[in-house]
Amino acid sequence: MAFSLPLSASEKSGESEGGKTFNPKETIFEHLLDGYEWELPFSHEHKISLPVIVKDYKGDWKVFCSHRLAHGQEYEGFYIAQDGPNKGKIESVDDQGNRYRPLDLSITKNVLALIIAALLCGWCVFSVAHWYKKKHYKAPRKGVAAIEFLIEFIYTGVIKSTLGDKAPRFAPYLLTIFFFILLMNLLGLIVIFPGGANLTGNIAITMVLALCTFIIVNVRGTKEYWKEIFWPDVPLWLKFPIPIMPLIEVFGIFTKPAALMVRLFANMMGGHMIILSLISLIFIFGAFGAVVVGATTVISVLFSLFMLMIDTLVSFIQAYVFTMLSTLFISLSQVEGHHEGKMEKTK
Amino acid sequence: MELFTPEFGLVFWMFVVFIILFAILAKYAWPYIIRSLDERAELIDKGVEYAQEAKAQLDNAQADAKALLVEAQKQQMEILHEAAQMKNRIIEEARQAASVEAKKVMDAAAVSIEQARKESELQFRREVSEFALQIAEKMMRKQLSDDKTQVEMIDKLLNEIENKN
Repeated sequence: MAFSLPLSASEKSGESEGGKTFNPKETIFEHLLDGYEWELPFSHEHKISLPVIVKDYKGDWKVFCSHRLAHGQEYEGFYIAQDGPNKGKIESVDDQGNRYRPLDLSITKNVLALIIAALLCGWCVFSVAHWYKKKHYKAPRKGVAAIEFLIEFIYTGVIKSTLGDKAPRFAPYLLTIFFFILLMNLLGLIVIFPGGANLTGNIAITMVLALCTFIIVNVRGTKEYWKEIFWPDVPLWLKFPIPIMPLIEVFGIFTKPAALMVRLFANMMGGHMIILSLISLIFIFGAFGAVVVGATTVISVLFSLFMLMIDTLVSFIQAYVFTMLSTLFISLSQVEGHHEGKMEKTK
Repeated sequence: MELFTPEFGLVFWMFVVFIILFAILAKYAWPYIIRSLDERAELIDKGVEYAQEAKAQLDNAQADAKALLVEAQKQQMEILHEAAQMKNRIIEEARQAASVEAKKVMDAAAVSIEQARKESELQFRREVSEFALQIAEKMMRKQLSDDKTQVEMIDKLLNEIENKN
């Protein structure tokens, strides 16, 4: 591949001139963001078409295949915006000629990846359950043993040690998020088809996960938990005329899941971005001749290999951290009265 | 920034997929897996405990057997010792009895010898007196030729005999 003006191309934004110029920013974002089609490996031409499900301003649902929108085509008034605030998303034009964003429930690349991850997650977990059903208490081998090791690691190491007696009540949720996040993270690192979607590096995904933890924490929270938020054990002046502490506590309710959301999102997106940037370096330095390209390629590949290894570790660590913090937040919301606690201690 | 704005469609699908996954796993998989894990852990704990107990019992049994053996050896030694003592005592007693018996026999022998000696003395005396009488008779016959002296002599003898008796 030859790029005539690779350096100036990086400054240009928008139009890619017939595939001649390389725009690293656009390429990186294209990989980081969602899409209506899924690229097949080793080909820019062949893509997997996915169903588009949209509702227009009149309230009619439209379902069609995404290849009808490829290359800027328009289908039934819908098209993929090339600029504006909805760039890269499906847009339409209403009666007054205004561009608007229809309600878009399309099965995009990320949604399909999500379904694949969920199926894989279910399969992994059920393979362990199936083992117990069939082989009873025999020690599992190979893959089942690896999954069981993770279950044991999370269940006894995190959930049981933090929640104690209440562990069985919250374990299904916590184990589900751990395995789901771990699989989404790892699938994101695989470059070709079943993987490659930047799922946990998408704020929508982490938002839903954090929201679930938020709901569980606050819905299952004990009376003592709410008491500590609105009437904490602090000197009166800290809570009476101006409720300083309650304000901070209420703020804390929301910052906890927000931190969960941003941590997972930023870690995973950052990892993807670094790898993509390293690979882009090869194309940016393409203009300087064979020697430079060769050297850059070697260095870039080595660095991105290193980053991929770190990301594999980060995938696990972030899934673990998300689970651990969720467990912690749940355990904080399961506080019992101080007096009861003291009674139990003295026993 | 499009990176930081959550897309509604994705949020919706994520919610749906996650809730379905969670519902299925929470209903059919996790409780079963957790129960099985706990049960198996308990089973293994019990097995280890049982093995330890069995080992302790085996050790105890071995110690008991050893103690029994030592005890038996001790008893054997005692019995042997007692037997040896008894043997010695019996021998001693037998020896004593034998010596008493021997003394008795000796005494009896001594008595009978004394008797025999007395008897033989008596006989000897009788014989001697007989001989003396005979000798005296013979002497008297010869000396009684002289009357006067003879009468004196007889008197003298008679007196002597009388005095003696």
